[in-house]
Amino acid sequence: MNAQTLRRYLTPPLIALLLAIALFFAGGLINPDFINVTQAINIVRLAAFLGIISAGQTLVIISGGEGIDLSVGAVVTLAAILTFRITGGDNNLIGVGLLASLSAGFIVGLLNGIGIALLHIPPLVMTLGMTGVVSGTILVVTQGEMLGATPALMSTYIAKPLIFGIPGVILIWVALGVVMWLLMERTTYGKHLFAIGVNRTAARLSGVRVERAVIITYTLAGLLAALGGFMLLGFAQTVLLNLGDPYRFPSIAAVVVGGTMLTGGKGSYWGTMSGALVLTLIDSLLRAMGLAEAYQLIVFGGLLVLLIAVYGRELNLRQ
Amino acid sequence: MKSLNLQRVFARNTYLISFILLVIVLGINYIVQNNVFELRVLNNNLRTLLPLILLAVGQSIVVIGGGLDLSVGTLVSMLSALLVTWVTPDSTPDQILLAVVLVCAAGMLAGLVNGLVVAYLRLQPMITTYATSFIFSGIALLLLPRPGGSIPRDLSTFYRSPLLDIPLAFYAIALLLLFWSVLRTTRYAQYLYATGSSGAAAYATGVPVRVVRVTTYVWSGLFAALASLTLMLSTGGASQANIGDDMTLDSIVAVVLGGTRLSGGQGGIAGAIIGVMILRVIRNVIFFAAVPTWSQTLVNALIIIAALAGPGLIRLIRRSIGR
Repeated sequence: MNAQTLRRYLTPPLIALLLAIALFFAGGLINPDFINVTQAINIVRLAAFLGIISAGQTLVIISGGEGIDLSVGAVVTLAAILTFRITGGDNNLIGVGLLASLSAGFIVGLLNGIGIALLHIPPLVMTLGMTGVVSGTILVVTQGEMLGATPALMSTYIAKPLIFGIPGVILIWVALGVVMWLLMERTTYGKHLFAIGVNRTAARLSGVRVERAVIITYTLAGLLAALGGFMLLGFAQTVLLNLGDPYRFPSIAAVVVGGTMLTGGKGSYWGTMSGALVLTLIDSLLRAMGLAEAYQLIVFGGLLVLLIAVYGRELNLRQ
Repeated sequence: MKSLNLQRVFARNTYLISFILLVIVLGINYIVQNNVFELRVLNNNLRTLLPLILLAVGQSIVVIGGGLDLSVGTLVSMLSALLVTWVTPDSTPDQILLAVVLVCAAGMLAGLVNGLVVAYLRLQPMITTYATSFIFSGIALLLLPRPGGSIPRDLSTFYRSPLLDIPLAFYAIALLLLFWSVLRTTRYAQYLYATGSSGAAAYATGVPVRVVRVTTYVWSGLFAALASLTLMLSTGGASQANIGDDMTLDSIVAVVLGGTRLSGGQGGIAGAIIGVMILRVIRNVIFFAAVPTWSQTLVNALIIIAALAGPGLIRLIRRSIGR
């Protein structure tokens, strides 16, 4: 195999995936207990939550125009709290909880899209503002009191081993991967998404309704983040006011580590899935090594720089 | 014709909309809090505001140069930790001066690292500075595992007292504006704006784009150092490992509220200063208008979104009327 064919096959998502596997075995060198099937499934399960939450972020970043969604964390929290409260632990109300969560995510995403596409508010500050609106609404409604419970069935179907010892969330994640692939590669919306990501003016001139595509993108992002929040409740079992906050920036990092450019127009969800795996692995590895928190942070930051340096580079000015 | 002129005025003075916004919110603030312009209240407000003002100034230089710095807040945390591990209530003036110089140098060094990675490794600014923010957080936690620290009392008293009946922060803001107006006359500023509006075009016309990019992050590091110094003066040296973390996003919102576009090549530090004030005055209004505690976050966010949406909304309405 010569260098050129090697380069063709070694796409960023594949590099990330290979890296994930290498990291897993590196973990075994540091701590032999790290390598076993249970541990592997556990890590993939953790990665699945980050992966599902990052799905919408992938679409938003590909759509370009400095696209970014900082409201994912707040939407995750909102969806989890809604499900927690509405079901109150009743298995029969899971469907209602899911529907309410998705509707809430839909509304938040739609508002993001309108603010960005029609009012020309920069995505970063618009979605940051919406984070405040969502967190604020949560505070107004709950008054800080988390009433409710998690239905037992959610834990059974999401977090606990379902088929061949694989938890439901991993199966759902894989299914989502297929759906995302179909959406991005096989639909008109997908074509429009990449077109507006590359060049909005060119897209407009070739008949793409740019504003509509942008609004759909942010709406989908809200919807997917809400799905992630619903899933996360099945795992976390309980809700906190900042349940989703730890996912806000990692969702962006997962997308970038998966080879999607922050400048838009290029990327894949399959890359994000690998990115989520890599980030979760590094995190688990650092924990398994028993490093002090301060060193964990420093090593994680350094590794993140190295990771994006592998292929997250911008074009050379001299070209 | 008249409306056309008005449009041109707004386009040329990017601060103008922000300034009008500030006047409006200040007016509302005056209605709900009559003593807002009294020296004591003004002094207190500005004193606690100065760190964020400095940070937003650094952020706006990076943004004008076409970048973004998500590490500024954690940098403030790290530098504050650094300062209070060196300075104790018994430190001599010489020791304090040395610590201040070292903190500034550390800030510039951290900015240099950010800048080198962004400009020479060509990594995307947002994700790079997000990654380095972990490193700065980690170092902050290493230096200051538990909240603590204090500085000589005289220093915080000095910082708290107005000079010649004018709040100290006014002098700082005047200095910042002076610094900026001098900088604007230099060739460096032309390079900065050229780099921000189009890196490739600037490179083609001989602008040392990479060097300019690096310097923007060094500025940001220096201003983060100044922010941490004023923050420590304001708290009397009491710090904790995450004391500045929340300031990052505020600094970006302030820059945008000040009329600087995140796409770069336009704007200025006066906008950032106005932006910080708008953010603070909104919070003041909410507090003094007796908005129930649980609703404050929501009301605050709604007002900020309304402020951000204002210009776009006006354009949208005008266009639909024009049709």
